[in-house]
Amino acid sequence: MSTTTTETKSPPRERAVGRGIDRVDGPEKTTGKARFAAEFPYPDLAYAALVHATVARGRITGIDVKAAEAVTGVLSVLTHLNAPVLKPAPARSMLDLSTMVSATSVNYLNTDEVHWDGQPVAVVVAESLEAAQRGAGLVEVTYQEFPAVVDFAAEEANAKPQPNSMLGAGSAKKGDAEAALAVAPVSVDLRFTTPPHNHNAIEPHATTAVWDGDRLTVHEGSQAISWMRKHLAYRFGIPERNVRMTSPYVGGGFGGKGSVWPGTILTALAARATGRAVRMMLTREGVYRTVGGRTPSIQRVALGAGQDGRLTALIQTSVTRTGKVGGNSESVAEAARHLYDAENILIQQNLVEMDLLPNTFMRAPGVAIGTFALEAAIDELAGELGVDPIELRMRNEPARSPLDGKRFAHRMLREAYALGAERFGWAERTPEPGSMRDGRWLVGMGVATAYHSSVQFTANVTVRLSADGTVVVRCGFQEMGMGGATVQAQIAADELGVPFEAVRVEYGDSDLPTGPMAGGSAQTASIAASLLSACEKLKGSVLALARRSGDSPLRGQRLAAVEARDGGLYRRDRPGAGESYEAILSRAGRPSVEAAIGSESGLGALAGQVRFMAKFINDQRRWVKAASGAQFCEVRVDPDTGEVRVSRWLGVFDVGRVINAKTAASQLRGGIVMGIGMALSEETLVDPRNGRVMNPGLGDYHIPVHADVPPIDILYLDEPDPTMPLGLIGIGEVSITGVAGAIANAVHHATGKRVRDLPITLDKLL
Amino acid sequence: MKPFAYVSAPDVATAVRTIATEPNAKFLGGGTNLVDLMREDIEQPDTVVDITRLPLTEIEELPGGGVRVGALVRNSHLAAHRLIRTRYPLLSQALLAGASAQLRNMATVGGNLLQRTRCPYFYDGASACNKRVPGSGCDAIGGFNRNHAILGTSDDCIATHPSDMCVALAALDATVEVESVRGLRRVPLADFHRLPGGTPHLETTLEPDELVTAIEVPELTAPSSYRKVRDRASYAFALVSVAAALEVTDGVVSDVRLALGGVAAKPWRARQAESVLLGTPATEESFRRAAEAELEPAVGRPDNAFKIELAQRTIVATLRRLSDGSFGDGSFGDGSRA
Ligand SMILES: Cc1cc2nc3c(=O)[nH]c(=O)nc-3n(C[C@H](O)[C@H](O)[C@H](O)COP(=O)(O)OP(=O)(O)OC[C@H]3O[C@@H](n4cnc5c(N)ncnc54)[C@H](O)[C@@H]3O)c2cc1C
Ligand code: SF4
Repeated sequence: MSTTTTETKSPPRERAVGRGIDRVDGPEKTTGKARFAAEFPYPDLAYAALVHATVARGRITGIDVKAAEAVTGVLSVLTHLNAPVLKPAPARSMLDLSTMVSATSVNYLNTDEVHWDGQPVAVVVAESLEAAQRGAGLVEVTYQEFPAVVDFAAEEANAKPQPNSMLGAGSAKKGDAEAALAVAPVSVDLRFTTPPHNHNAIEPHATTAVWDGDRLTVHEGSQAISWMRKHLAYRFGIPERNVRMTSPYVGGGFGGKGSVWPGTILTALAARATGRAVRMMLTREGVYRTVGGRTPSIQRVALGAGQDGRLTALIQTSVTRTGKVGGNSESVAEAARHLYDAENILIQQNLVEMDLLPNTFMRAPGVAIGTFALEAAIDELAGELGVDPIELRMRNEPARSPLDGKRFAHRMLREAYALGAERFGWAERTPEPGSMRDGRWLVGMGVATAYHSSVQFTANVTVRLSADGTVVVRCGFQEMGMGGATVQAQIAADELGVPFEAVRVEYGDSDLPTGPMAGGSAQTASIAASLLSACEKLKGSVLALARRSGDSPLRGQRLAAVEARDGGLYRRDRPGAGESYEAILSRAGRPSVEAAIGSESGLGALAGQVRFMAKFINDQRRWVKAASGAQFCEVRVDPDTGEVRVSRWLGVFDVGRVINAKTAASQLRGGIVMGIGMALSEETLVDPRNGRVMNPGLGDYHIPVHADVPPIDILYLDEPDPTMPLGLIGIGEVSITGVAGAIANAVHHATGKRVRDLPITLDKLL
Repeated sequence: MKPFAYVSAPDVATAVRTIATEPNAKFLGGGTNLVDLMREDIEQPDTVVDITRLPLTEIEELPGGGVRVGALVRNSHLAAHRLIRTRYPLLSQALLAGASAQLRNMATVGGNLLQRTRCPYFYDGASACNKRVPGSGCDAIGGFNRNHAILGTSDDCIATHPSDMCVALAALDATVEVESVRGLRRVPLADFHRLPGGTPHLETTLEPDELVTAIEVPELTAPSSYRKVRDRASYAFALVSVAAALEVTDGVVSDVRLALGGVAAKPWRARQAESVLLGTPATEESFRRAAEAELEPAVGRPDNAFKIELAQRTIVATLRRLSDGSFGDGSFGDGSRA
């Protein structure tokens, strides 16, 4: 992939926030020192491999393990007949966010029931990986099969209205959109489909589990160590403090490592049953068979407008699926709630439950696929009206959230489009489809809006300042390569007035203060909020120490009157009057000072959750918060073969304040690359006859390769959001939204063909 | 993977003797296909005979103007060789359009000839597949068959041969040299791979104890090109590919070779199209007529019916570029852009 350099407003040199600082975990990764979940050495390590069910629904009638047990090196074959007892997974409840990590309700190896093709029905533990895999291949299972619901397309008619969930309301309404649509002078009424997708993080899921009496240590590439720890404690009936989960590095997650999937549980179970340290590294196929992906969808977007292009009706409906044994409903129409100032709006999301591996969060759940349909429909309406698609969006840009009149905490789509159009050369686009060429290539340009609501979780954080001026920030969050540790160090450095290099961030260990989940684009902002408070508290403590001394220049000063800089506290009114941390701490005889935000005690933690829910609800009542942006793309289409190549990309994003220009650009580019895959090539093939995934590997599931990815230019507006800590908005997901829409629109511009079913493969353009 | 014995053969005589005497033995070339299949328990040899030390790594010019390539020449080496790049651009381009740089560094000519289909049901032990388990049925026919064949299929199997190299070799009238304890024989490439009929598990005319030692390619004077169409820009098997050589004299087709990939269980030599073209004006219209004639017997399934039209368009596009000299200008995603 080639990328161009990105301009950002350059902050004053001494501040760390805003600078494009290299990731602190970079050297360990590039030199191979970083230790991932499958790399923790244990002297008595055994290996585990899964046996997957080959029916979608049924009951195990026989399981022959003799041949597997006879393989040299095999220690144990665990099945529902001999596995240790597990407590069933806790039901999901908003009162305990840790229950969100229950991926399925199946009590693996504690039941003879099969709920999806691929469900683990046995685990082979052996002295070597090879022996475990060989053994797994020799386990013979027979089933009594039951009728199963596995054909998504055929289930459309059976969809039921989606209940409200934390991820969004199932339906919404303003006025009578159907009636307005029927009388609209100009309208489109369109059907879109998107296929299932898988995350395909480069690191397949792996777990290393070790028991010591009734204490369990788990090394796992996880997006939610604190919640998973609680889940594991519950399943194995031990106190939470007896479980430790470490996750120092995560080789990508995209939502796929945010829940407890069978591999995690079964590794811990195998370790308990055998008394050995056990490692399970899922094969890529194992990931496809046991870790859910993105739901497919069937969507309707209908738009009605006056001749002036003002929307009178906006309808978006969806059908998505969950598993009968788990999964998440998705807020497919989330963007339609906030993007366009339509007089009448109708949103109706529907669900079908199927005998398939439950779906799960995948980068911008709901919105990634919902913005495809919405933004393609807006483009079609622009075509009907003969209006430039950017102009149509601007004519319908709302001042307040169209459904409920709530204020936008931040809304800069006009600026994003204006800047993007200029930078991309939008004016050179000739509107007529098929009118632009480069040699024989058909050239098309398309735009779409990116939109992702922002949320925050609770985060416990401690900050310790030592007499030598170094700082340690501790929080059990997760680093998946997005730069989490780096940006928190930048924030702490500025808040405490120390160099970036003086800050060390400890993360990825459930023994640390309870961190948030890495999900919902919420991690950075969630930790930042607590980190800012902790730093403030810490400075207060240091100031109190200073004030104890009669001759400190800080004597009598209030915290508001001092600033942290140059490794100490200084008076704002008299620059130069102040003291270094070293001087203050050594005079007080203190090796270090520490401040903590959040409580680890049961009661304190509960209070934290309640406070979180109160803030969440309150925030939702007052503001509409989101990251947004304008996606510009150019495609080339081969007129003979229909091959589509994306040749140029520009994303202009409003993500509040950018903490690290480099890691932010990488995150945003990554989302666009993933969106290109979604638009052009990615599709999980679930056989409609039996529910079996038929392309469980990177050879047949086509993610974009380098040659598919054009230069990607990223611009930020870099305006702080006044309602967010430091003004930052999470950026993990916004950039995948709108991508498929922009590509579909550009393909139409190039060819005159509307493809409403993803992926846009060449056969649809012949 | 089933445990197996490993033998490294120092010379051709030992290799063919070992394969003849050890029951259920397999040759190991670069291993990029065989080892994958062993991991999935689809191939379960008891003995693996490593042939990578055999002295079959030469690329030599033949007296008549052709080229002889040892069976253990790596794909990357062959693609980069001066003789191949200059005399057989379609072969070099076909090789470079295949797999990835890492795989091409490992893959051998012999292994490439003998690589097995990419039908997902063939790879999946839980599915019915006549090729893997004769008589068990074919889950691809009523299932996902986007990558499957449209020519020469049977009711028992619709799999394709996935090689790019072989498509170029088919257009080039290459010959395969094979050796066994019974001696040496030559097989025209056209007769090397089989159509499925009622025995899709029999994929070639090679006997289980025969070793491919070389391929020979006769001289080619006509300009040539390889065009691969696939689902992403690189690192995907062909939906359709076209290997073509075209000589136009005074506006009339005086020599033409055409072979298709991604459409059949063997690299498909488009004889029908060739005979339509020979002696006709080199126009878009003739190309189209020839392409239609070749695809006339094609049978599409729900997922792959588009290949019938795609194959025709790709034939026309490739011939057009050869006739107007615009091939190799880099402006189209062709095989040279792997
Ligand atoms: C991810 C991936 C993508 C790929 N993409 C493409 C692609 O786009 N286009 C393409 O053409 N190919 C592609 N390939 C296939 C690749 O070209 C083949 O795997 C390779 O050519 C096989 O060569 P090898 O030497 O590794 O064979 P091996 O795996 O060693 O052997 C394959 C078979 O040939 C037999 N064999 C090997 N040498 C001899 C010999 N001299 N005599 C008799 N029998 C022999 C072996 O016993 C075995 O049955 C891809 C492969 C992979 C894994
Ligand atoms: S097409 Fe051939 S290889 Fe594929 S399932 Fe059918 S028989 Fe097997």
